[in-house]
Amino acid sequence: MSDEYYLELSENPVQFENASSVNNVFFDEANKQVFAVRSGGATGVVVKGPDDKSSVAFRMDDKGEVKCIKFSLGNKILAVQRTTKSVDFTNFIPDYPHLEFSHECKTKNASILGFCWTNWNEIVFVTDQGIEFYQVLPDKRTLKLLKSQSINVNWYMYCPETAVLLLSTTVQGNVLQPFAFKTATMSKMSKFEIELPAVPKPAKLSLSERDIAVATIYDQLYVMYLKHHSRTTNSPGAEVVLYHLPREGTCKKTHVLKLNTTGKFALNVVDNLVVVHHQSSQTSLIYDIKLRELDTNVNVHQPVLPARSINPYKIPLTGPAAAPSQAPVPCELYSSSWSVFQPDIIISASEGYLWYLQVKLQPTLNLLQDKGKLMDFLLRRRDCKMVILSVCSQMLIGGDKGNLSVVATVFDKLNQVYKDYLDAEQAYTAAMESGPSRSNTSYKRPVRTQAVIDQSDMYTHVLSDFTERKGVKHKFIIAVLMEYIRSLNQFQIPVQHYLYELVIKTLVQHNLFYMLHQFLQYHVLSDSKPLACLLLSLESTYPPAHQLSLDMLKRLSTANDEIVEVLLSKQQVLGALRFIRSVGGHDNVSARKFLDAARQTNDTMLFYTIFRFFEQRNMRLRGNPGFNQGRWFR
Amino acid sequence: MLMISPRMASGMQEKQYTPSLLSFFIYNPKFGPREGEEEKKILFYHPIEIEKNEKIRNVGLCEAIVQFTRTFCPTKPAKSLHTQKNRQFFHEPEENYWMVMVVRNPMVEKPNKDGKPPTVEYQEEEIIDSVYGSVLQQCYSMYKLFNGTFSRAFEAGGVELLTQKLEKFFYRYLQTLHLQSCDLLDVFGGISFFPLDKMTYLKIQSFVNRIEESLSLVKYTAFLYNDQLIWSGLEQDDMRILYKYLTTSLFPRHTEPELAGRDSPLRPEVAGNLLHYGRFLTGPGNLKDPDAKFRFPRIFVNTEDSYEELHLIVYKAMSAAVCFMVNAAVDLNREFCEQLDSLVGPQLTLLASDICEQYNINRRISGPEKEPQFKFIYFNHMNLAEKSTIHMRKTASVSLTSVHPDLMKILGDINCDFARVDEDEEIIVKAMTDYWVVGKKSDQRELYVILNQKNANLIEVNEEVKRLCATQFNNIFFLD
Repeated sequence: MSDEYYLELSENPVQFENASSVNNVFFDEANKQVFAVRSGGATGVVVKGPDDKSSVAFRMDDKGEVKCIKFSLGNKILAVQRTTKSVDFTNFIPDYPHLEFSHECKTKNASILGFCWTNWNEIVFVTDQGIEFYQVLPDKRTLKLLKSQSINVNWYMYCPETAVLLLSTTVQGNVLQPFAFKTATMSKMSKFEIELPAVPKPAKLSLSERDIAVATIYDQLYVMYLKHHSRTTNSPGAEVVLYHLPREGTCKKTHVLKLNTTGKFALNVVDNLVVVHHQSSQTSLIYDIKLRELDTNVNVHQPVLPARSINPYKIPLTGPAAAPSQAPVPCELYSSSWSVFQPDIIISASEGYLWYLQVKLQPTLNLLQDKGKLMDFLLRRRDCKMVILSVCSQMLIGGDKGNLSVVATVFDKLNQVYKDYLDAEQAYTAAMESGPSRSNTSYKRPVRTQAVIDQSDMYTHVLSDFTERKGVKHKFIIAVLMEYIRSLNQFQIPVQHYLYELVIKTLVQHNLFYMLHQFLQYHVLSDSKPLACLLLSLESTYPPAHQLSLDMLKRLSTANDEIVEVLLSKQQVLGALRFIRSVGGHDNVSARKFLDAARQTNDTMLFYTIFRFFEQRNMRLRGNPGFNQGRWFR
Repeated sequence: MLMISPRMASGMQEKQYTPSLLSFFIYNPKFGPREGEEEKKILFYHPIEIEKNEKIRNVGLCEAIVQFTRTFCPTKPAKSLHTQKNRQFFHEPEENYWMVMVVRNPMVEKPNKDGKPPTVEYQEEEIIDSVYGSVLQQCYSMYKLFNGTFSRAFEAGGVELLTQKLEKFFYRYLQTLHLQSCDLLDVFGGISFFPLDKMTYLKIQSFVNRIEESLSLVKYTAFLYNDQLIWSGLEQDDMRILYKYLTTSLFPRHTEPELAGRDSPLRPEVAGNLLHYGRFLTGPGNLKDPDAKFRFPRIFVNTEDSYEELHLIVYKAMSAAVCFMVNAAVDLNREFCEQLDSLVGPQLTLLASDICEQYNINRRISGPEKEPQFKFIYFNHMNLAEKSTIHMRKTASVSLTSVHPDLMKILGDINCDFARVDEDEEIIVKAMTDYWVVGKKSDQRELYVILNQKNANLIEVNEEVKRLCATQFNNIFFLD
């Protein structure tokens, strides 16, 4: 069971002082910083970021309860909201005056719901009546209004990754208006409506921000809506509905994740997987929106894996109180004090921990029986290489019936990704060679992800061990190797020499020479000099290898010297000479090599023939039958 | 070497008789060593009507000749005996078991004037030893394929079982020998391989491997297309004789349904939505027949070492035929056959159309101009690969050649010359009426070309053959 947990909390959480009556805790999703504000800042503000560099500690005057506190990008300017009317700023840029300055929202009677930094010096105030986009001028200690928009706002949500701000409007709150920010510009995207399970009468705010999350999945922005189970509809459980929010164009409902249960849920996105935590069962589910189920307009997805709890986590006791013998305390998972932030953050304010949620791929091996689906799933994960290779090893050793077609499917899936990468790489190289002047689109060098499993990976981690393994039928080994070669060929990927060597080694080990012969006959093992040499070395155990090798050298057409050597070593001196003459190389060959070989046959007639041939050659080339010691008689 | 063929065209009103089988017998001298027991030596004798004493005399003569010639060369006993009227061939396939085939020489009957009986002229030099020697060896190989070795049968059931098996097999087999059309190809006993691109070949590999995995009973598989071999899981020698059986006996008997029209009753039924054309060539003719028999021919392979007895299942879909070989100890039943049919049928149908498509593409690429205008026979001793543009498609009854028998005879003679030495050789023969015959031997390969060029000289012929080698055999090492 312990190796079935496929979700875990990061081993080194960010620790901060837990929330209490004197210590308020804030989290900024943009910088991923936790602010611990003691006594309104008077006794200190400790900021903990994902790494030590982004951690800061300072002190500020207690000017009332802090509602919201955030650094601008790069910790340049601190913004603190204490009232519904204004936001206070403090420069953190060295050499700038450290004095606080305040700015009131420009809309009369509006109350500020919150603010978000969109750049190191650009900030958006969200009020109940609209948004105000400002540039902060730290040297002048003032704000300059860049743009504003009037709109009734129930609540807002900001996605720092894409700098998209989502506003809930209308009475029911289910019409969402997104805005996109880019240095000094703000653009309105097309608004869209979230389908509510039931329309309340009279109309009231029905869409809560708790049920909406924004995240990027596979480089696309999605708005995730947690649609609770409703008695009026016939759905057996709650759903997560995904709305795709493109940069341009309209937002569409694209995916529905079936949760098959009811209760309290929280969402995370890890490694492009949607993770749904279910509090009452203390388990989580994962969904991959790229795993196709059925081709319908809206893709309906079931969980990829059975529900499992997050891997149990033990809090190591640290600090002066911790004795080394003291056992770590198990942490309460799915606690009601947990807060979940996008994409992958879980915070326990009461205990003072911030974790990143992670997906462990190894357990999926045993949880997902369909190897084809498993491969599809793994190939899209970040740290998948070693897991994929271990899936391959496992499936080859497992030896279930009908395994070979599974093996074929898996190889095809791997090689599809491999081929796509090779093609991209080739296109890039071609574009670079043709010169940057011609290409008006900027080419980026393709990134080699871990999902690219090349022949060397397969050879080193899977195939060489597998072929050496005792107790595996050689028939199966050969079938697997041929299947891999077939798959590579199908994707027109040139097969590496060491794979052929592995095939030959396996065949020779089991005396399957006739099989080898047939493979070579149909050029399944592509021609190469090393392969020809390997065949030559087999001649003593399998005489036809000699012919196969010579044929291969002949086809290579760059191995004439090798052919001559092979023939001479067989004392076929005349044959060697006729061959070199037929390819027109007889003017440049060393006469000594041939004469030596002829003498070794103890055939005086043969020696005479060879000798005369070279005399005539010398005559023709230099008008003299004699041999040049230095040049010709090497 | 240049020879001028001495043959001239023969007269008009003469009657020509082709070589024919006079007798065929098998004996073992150890079975009747004492006087008066000679008959016991004889295990099989054809024709059966021959009087007992004559049988004994003929067997005794062969025995004596073999014994006598052995004194000259103990390791190589006599292989044939030439007489005016016939030629005898001796073969000892297993220790002390002798097979003898007596072939009547071809002859010409010349009518005489004045009502005199016609003069018969035997052409004792027309028969080539190597050709008929090979035919005799093939008789044994074919027997062994379906019956196992002589000695095994003797061990199992004594002389009685052995003679029974011999009679049962040779009674029918000898009728299928067509001695008049035997030629060089019988010497080679080669295998024609189907030309195929790598990818399609790998698909076939993959198919064979998957079937062998799903039907674990299957021990060996062979795959053929258009009566040409693509893959053999059997060893070369076993495949060679099985191939001979398939292409000259089994396949010709089953070509009809494919050629039959759409509405012909011979056309295989396409059951329901299971759209496939697979059917059994051995075993059950129709799976839906409730009385279908699930008996398959048994074959013996690897007789030198493991001596395996196997069921031979031949299954065909369109032009693709697959042989599945299953241990004979296993009883094959309806269930197995249905499983095989449902598994192999659809896949093989698909594969067959794939191969056909690829083949047509390749042919279009290489173009019709690459079709050889030459008549040639190629043989490689290493993989038994054989290619002939001289022979028409072989059928069960006759093999048709497109050249004059005299030219075929020259090919046979050249082959005999090649067999005598190990070294590479080339022989060019000027035959009658503008024909040139060229034989080349390079390492383990032999190539015979027949050219018909008016007033060509030796050099031109040599150049022509070089050109042929460059176009047809450019991917193999072939010394010129």
